[in-house]
Amino acid sequence: MNILVCVKQVPDTDEVRIDEENGTLIRDGVPSIINPEDKIALEEAVRLKEEQGGKVTVISMGPPQAKTALLEAYAMGADECILVSDRAFAGSDTWATSYTLAQGIKNAGEFDIIFCGRQAIDGDTAQVGPQIAENLGMPQITYVRGLEVEGEKVKAKRALEDGYSVVETKMPVLLTVIDGLNKPRYPSIKRVVAAFKKEDCIKVWSTDDFEVDMSKLGLDASPTQVYDTFVPTNEKKGEFLEGNEKEKVEKLLEKLKLEQVL
Amino acid sequence: AMEIDKEETGEKQDISGYKGVWVLAEQRGNKLLDVSFELCSEGRKLADELGTSLSVIVLGSDVKEEAKELFAYKADNVYIVEDEELKDYRTETYTAVICDLINEFKPEIVLLGATHNGRDLGPRISARLDTGLTADCTKLEIDKERNILLQTRPAFGGNLMATIICPDHRPQMSTVRPGVMEKAEPDHSKTGEIEEIEVEINAENVNSQITDSGKIINLKSDLSDIDIFTTIKEIVKEAKASVNLEDADIIVSGGRGVGSPENFELIEELATVLGGEVGASRAVVDEGWIEKPHQVGQTGKTVKPKVYFACGISGAIQHKAGMENSNLIIAINTDQDAPIFEICDYGLVGDLKKIVPLLSKAFAELK
Ligand SMILES: Cc1cc2nc3c(=O)[nH]c(=O)nc-3n(C[C@H](O)[C@H](O)[C@H](O)COP(=O)(O)OP(=O)(O)OC[C@H]3O[C@@H](n4cnc5c(N)ncnc54)[C@H](O)[C@@H]3O)c2cc1C
Ligand SMILES: Cc1cc2nc3c(=O)[nH]c(=O)nc-3n(C[C@H](O)[C@H](O)[C@H](O)COP(=O)(O)OP(=O)(O)OC[C@H]3O[C@@H](n4cnc5c(N)ncnc54)[C@H](O)[C@@H]3O)c2cc1C
Repeated sequence: MNILVCVKQVPDTDEVRIDEENGTLIRDGVPSIINPEDKIALEEAVRLKEEQGGKVTVISMGPPQAKTALLEAYAMGADECILVSDRAFAGSDTWATSYTLAQGIKNAGEFDIIFCGRQAIDGDTAQVGPQIAENLGMPQITYVRGLEVEGEKVKAKRALEDGYSVVETKMPVLLTVIDGLNKPRYPSIKRVVAAFKKEDCIKVWSTDDFEVDMSKLGLDASPTQVYDTFVPTNEKKGEFLEGNEKEKVEKLLEKLKLEQVL
Repeated sequence: AMEIDKEETGEKQDISGYKGVWVLAEQRGNKLLDVSFELCSEGRKLADELGTSLSVIVLGSDVKEEAKELFAYKADNVYIVEDEELKDYRTETYTAVICDLINEFKPEIVLLGATHNGRDLGPRISARLDTGLTADCTKLEIDKERNILLQTRPAFGGNLMATIICPDHRPQMSTVRPGVMEKAEPDHSKTGEIEEIEVEINAENVNSQITDSGKIINLKSDLSDIDIFTTIKEIVKEAKASVNLEDADIIVSGGRGVGSPENFELIEELATVLGGEVGASRAVVDEGWIEKPHQVGQTGKTVKPKVYFACGISGAIQHKAGMENSNLIIAINTDQDAPIFEICDYGLVGDLKKIVPLLSKAFAELK
């Protein structure tokens, strides 16, 4: 089985810094990790490979430092890692990101299953998975929390707000996964060492290395633009209720009666 | 190094023909979800500001009766598409039919719920139509000068708010989480004629034939790239799904300050007395004191009850993101500097283990 996993490197912190000029995030100096749901995706891919044989390829789009995330992916059991990286990709929204990744995936080969995380913890849109599926013209199952693969058949438990549905399809398919599907393993030390020795376990592709339409890349091609960013504030002015516990409770009841909320 | 050739930037879409605001309503079991009415109310405001019409689209197998209610929320047009194949949400059929409709009628704005299904469908449509999609908007406004939609959304786990625009592509698409927009009071004196759109769907290909006010428009959906479809085998409702935070008028939430799983009974008791639901911070969900469906916040539910009690919750930004739009917030915390007090209406500094039982008693006596 030929499996591909989309992995995004994300900042691991609550600390937000913004490039004021174009409203994009500054990543320098902020510790980076693999997006948590992408680790779940990778774990599922590696388990499938271990059970049924095949190969796991990981792809990421990002700046050169995203190599670290790919080294970790390799250490978790990926066989081949691809970083698509080029200044032309900077400022991509999800539409441009998914176009670029889809082109990268086409260049990497044909895959039976493509895994994504449902959502990245920085951009938070959950849009890239379905958009890659559309770009590649394949079916998708999102919010996967349970998975069975038998021959050509893929059967997934897809989480709904109040339960789940069981969705079946044939490969190739794109799946986006959520927390609870599995517990990702720790990277193997042996493979970390191997990765450092085996420089070529990560391929880096720029726009020269795979077919892309230059007019569909980056900030300029992105249909959505960040117009403004700000740190949320809340202008609500609260009132502390004074007294001992009993008095506080009595005061609250009075207030609520006055406001006719009860 | 790469040089970006400015000559090569793509052709601009002709956006002049796009008019009107659309809401893609969502049904489950042919019942409309509340978020559809919330979006209808919000869509009305946007349409009025633009001086244009509001249309709501409902796909399902038997939705006519339900859809009538949308007129009470001041929809100008309600279009329904009924077919057995559209009974349950499926990516391929819904995407194909809705993209056809958008291409035909050319709305300038399309809103849909950021439900699991909406977040499956929205990006698929935006990729097919080559337009932008803004996720999980918490505020929508019209920029009067340019007549474009300003879409404000949280990113970075709620630490940052961003206003997103989609200036050169149409439609401008946004998803909105349930409970975020205010549902207007229904006005049942408002009625209208539902317009039925007929589609012909077969497994390998979706051919929509649109019948609209007497005109028959033939649309051909190109699904040539997708000849394999997903099948829904079953839909299962789970017991814990009975936690219905989104619809609750009153929520009593407990955080780490509750101290132990046993003490959660105090929270439950107050919720029961008030006829409300029990909410929680992520800290106590992670501790295993209460199950995940109770979690409020960025990675939990977004709620907007009439009254929200935050008991022993510090008010981390990710928690606030899910509850700060509640009508009235009451916070109980031993630490008078806890951030939760910054967004509350009434603050009670003190030990929740004493205050919460007193509240339960007092409210029980009121009845
Ligand atoms: C403040 C802010 C707000 C934004 N709002 C929007 C918006 O509303 N709409 C919009 O279109 N864009 C928006 N963007 C741009 C968007 O964040 C980027 O396009 C980002 O590269 C991808 O989106 P995401 O992080 O939301 O990923 P998601 O769609 O949440 O990611 C889902 C999955 O896709 C895969 N994936 C995503 N990105 C990559 C990658 N670079 N490499 C490999 N795999 C990947 C991973 O498996 C991931 O788990 C915003 C950006 C900022 C800074
Ligand atoms: C990506 C990400 C997503 C997240 N998503 C969410 C989310 O969806 N929802 C969420 O809630 N959190 C979320 N969090 C976690 C969030 O950052 C906080 O860690 C969490 O909300 C803290 O929970 P808490 O307020 O219960 O606990 P604490 O922060 O530990 O606060 C406990 C409070 O109880 C008070 N207290 C102690 N004893 C008493 C007493 N006897 N009586 C009264 N008060 C008392 C203390 O003064 C304190 O203010 C997320 C974090 C990240 C990084």
